[in-house]
Amino acid sequence: MVLGEAVTTLASVDRPPGLLPAREQMAVSLGFHIILSCFGVAFPAMIFVMHRRGIVANDPTALRLAKRWSKAAAVLFAIGAVSGTVLSFEMGLLWPGLMGRFGDVLGLPFAFEGLSFFTEAIFLGIYLFGWGRMPPRLHLAMLVPMAVSGVVGTFCVVAVNSWMNAPTGFRVRGGRITDIDPWAAMFNPLAWMHFLHMWFGAFMLVGLAVSSVYATGLLRGGDEAANRLGFMVPFTFGSVASVLQPIVGHVLGLQVGNAQPAKLAAFELAMDTESGPAPLRLGGFLTDGAVRWDLTAPRVGSIIARGSFDAPIPGLDTVPRSDWPPVNITHWSFQVMVGIGTLLAATAALFWIARWLGKDPLENRWYLRFAVLAGPLAVVCLEAGWIATEVGRQPWTVWHVLRTVDAASWSSAIWWSYIGVLVVYLGMAVGGFVVLRSMVRRWRAGDEDLPSPYGPSVADTTPAEPELAR
Amino acid sequence: MSAAEVVAAAMFVGVLAYALFGGADFGSGFYDMTAGSGRRAAELRTLIDHSIGPVWEANHVWLIYILVMWWTAFPIAFAAATTTLFIPMMLALGGIVLRGAGFAFRKYAETYQQARLYGAIFAGSSVITPFFLGAVVGAIASGRVPAGGYGDPFKSWINPTSVVGGCLAVTTCAFLAGVFLTADAARGDRPDLAEQLRVRTLAVGMVTGLIVFVGLYPILDDASTLSHGLLDRVSPLLVVAALAGAVTLVEIYRRRYRLARVLAVGAVGAVVTGWGVGQYPWLLVDQLTIDNAAGASATLTGLLVVVGLAVVLIGPAFAYLLWLTQTERWSRT
Repeated sequence: MVLGEAVTTLASVDRPPGLLPAREQMAVSLGFHIILSCFGVAFPAMIFVMHRRGIVANDPTALRLAKRWSKAAAVLFAIGAVSGTVLSFEMGLLWPGLMGRFGDVLGLPFAFEGLSFFTEAIFLGIYLFGWGRMPPRLHLAMLVPMAVSGVVGTFCVVAVNSWMNAPTGFRVRGGRITDIDPWAAMFNPLAWMHFLHMWFGAFMLVGLAVSSVYATGLLRGGDEAANRLGFMVPFTFGSVASVLQPIVGHVLGLQVGNAQPAKLAAFELAMDTESGPAPLRLGGFLTDGAVRWDLTAPRVGSIIARGSFDAPIPGLDTVPRSDWPPVNITHWSFQVMVGIGTLLAATAALFWIARWLGKDPLENRWYLRFAVLAGPLAVVCLEAGWIATEVGRQPWTVWHVLRTVDAASWSSAIWWSYIGVLVVYLGMAVGGFVVLRSMVRRWRAGDEDLPSPYGPSVADTTPAEPELAR
Repeated sequence: MSAAEVVAAAMFVGVLAYALFGGADFGSGFYDMTAGSGRRAAELRTLIDHSIGPVWEANHVWLIYILVMWWTAFPIAFAAATTTLFIPMMLALGGIVLRGAGFAFRKYAETYQQARLYGAIFAGSSVITPFFLGAVVGAIASGRVPAGGYGDPFKSWINPTSVVGGCLAVTTCAFLAGVFLTADAARGDRPDLAEQLRVRTLAVGMVTGLIVFVGLYPILDDASTLSHGLLDRVSPLLVVAALAGAVTLVEIYRRRYRLARVLAVGAVGAVVTGWGVGQYPWLLVDQLTIDNAAGASATLTGLLVVVGLAVVLIGPAFAYLLWLTQTERWSRT
């Protein structure tokens, strides 16, 4: 059998010194980039709706908001572009054992992703600088290729990740990778649901994060019409994605359960395979081989995880100890994702039910306060989901084919690069936060254009320039 | 020509495009850094914002394109390079991150102080980053990246060829940026600014030419396979580079910037192409040829599909972007 052979042929003998910092560096840079990539995927569609309303319905408020959003997008996409480059390099710098052996198996979707990123970057450049320089409708149309390439790009990147969880498109014969079919690897069985899950996740994150900014505005008062519009457009996207996400997540969970029983067992904190239906375990820790402090709901585990009233969940007792993922991290991040996701879906549904009943949730300060919180919650939810799937895949980089120890680089410089990444990313996060917050503050104060503080007009109007005053 | 060679050629087109277009973006950091302060500096920095703002992200994607083509088509060579050249690649990455973030933050900074901090980060990292990328090229071209990976972590990129490569990258970037910025300033009706840039570009151009041709001597000594290729096949290209570079300087001296742009691109393009032709058929010089390094043939076929799509989809879109930014209407702020 293919997998059995692989385990023996590619089994590790020793640990690279940089394994821990390599994993941490990857986690930090991926966890950072994923938030920004969500904006790249979902924000153009929202700007399109807003901008279109501005020019088709001749709504100056909508046009003003679209212009502001495009400026925020300029900052976010720039950080996203460079942090995405870091990931491209890190694939080889940190995981040469993966890229050297499997580069030609998993690379094709990355190449297509490169094309879609190219498309997005080109039209972003045209769109950002097209304000006032292009016919309005042509200018608006520049957002369409951006939105489309966001969808394609998501599929491609997620396809690589789902391939690592459900590897197809090659055989391992005598330690060599043969019969490579990159198309089969790209369209692996997990790819479609995994893609939908991430795509909806991106719309949840961006929709709820942008609407939370305007929920703050509604709580503070000010331009009511602008704040309402600024809330409704992203919230509509975000709430629809939030309500659909549990369905997608459930179907994906069933597929993962079949493909990766050890991951499912860790999600569910199932230690022993029970003969009958499995309970749902809420919370709880695995310590000294036993699960403690958990709340159990009989049968619910089987219903949720297996879609059946009596199918058991194979426990970690069916998995060799050396193949266990870090159980507690996987379990907790999974449950944090499901818990927050369920809360966001319920509150999103509540919004539309209230509207349907003729009540306006935006008049309710408690709902607005929750809407402010929903943005950060969506970020936590998405991060938890990625931690669950990535940590749950351990100790494998390519499921049952390549162990993470064998994928990692033997370079001894990784601690240094990890420290460097921490410092630079911390600086970038602080810088980005300060700049975006000051943009929002200046917009609230009625300053629309945000001229660069070193521009000639500024230099003219302030004769005592800071560097001369010194 | 084998499928692997076609894919390698397509990848090299990406290298060329990154060196020319991405290089011009990096090089603008030099003029930003040396702009000084006051009204003239503010004008110059605004011009730089305006010139590279719409294009730098698209130009940057050439690097992503190179990487994905490299690891997909030639996975072993990619792993060999990343394990050997960990340090310069990581340093280049740091520069790329700082430069992109600094550039984006500066434009929307609230105070002059913040803008100055972000500007210094942007300009400094723009100048330094090409050095490390050039050093990586030097390592590969001088046969210091073993096929099995994990070559010397320091000597692989601290050696005569890498130093020449790094200096060449820094100066060609600054040269290209100077020509483009001078042309932009002239087109945007800023004769004073254009004049200031013109003088600097002339100086940078002469230094660049000097490094290209003086740099050949250490390379001839240090990288035997590359220098054999250079002497054997590349001499005509070097003549083209010298002529185009010299005429560029004459044109800039005579304030005819339109043609200077094309000639500068031709001169630097000839130098970069010279390296590629010089090391052919090696992918990693003395270690792996393009055909030996190639991955699965089904994957190469897949990449040809990608290249075809790139020609059909990305080519016209990229040309449209460049055309828009180089027209008169977009040059006005």
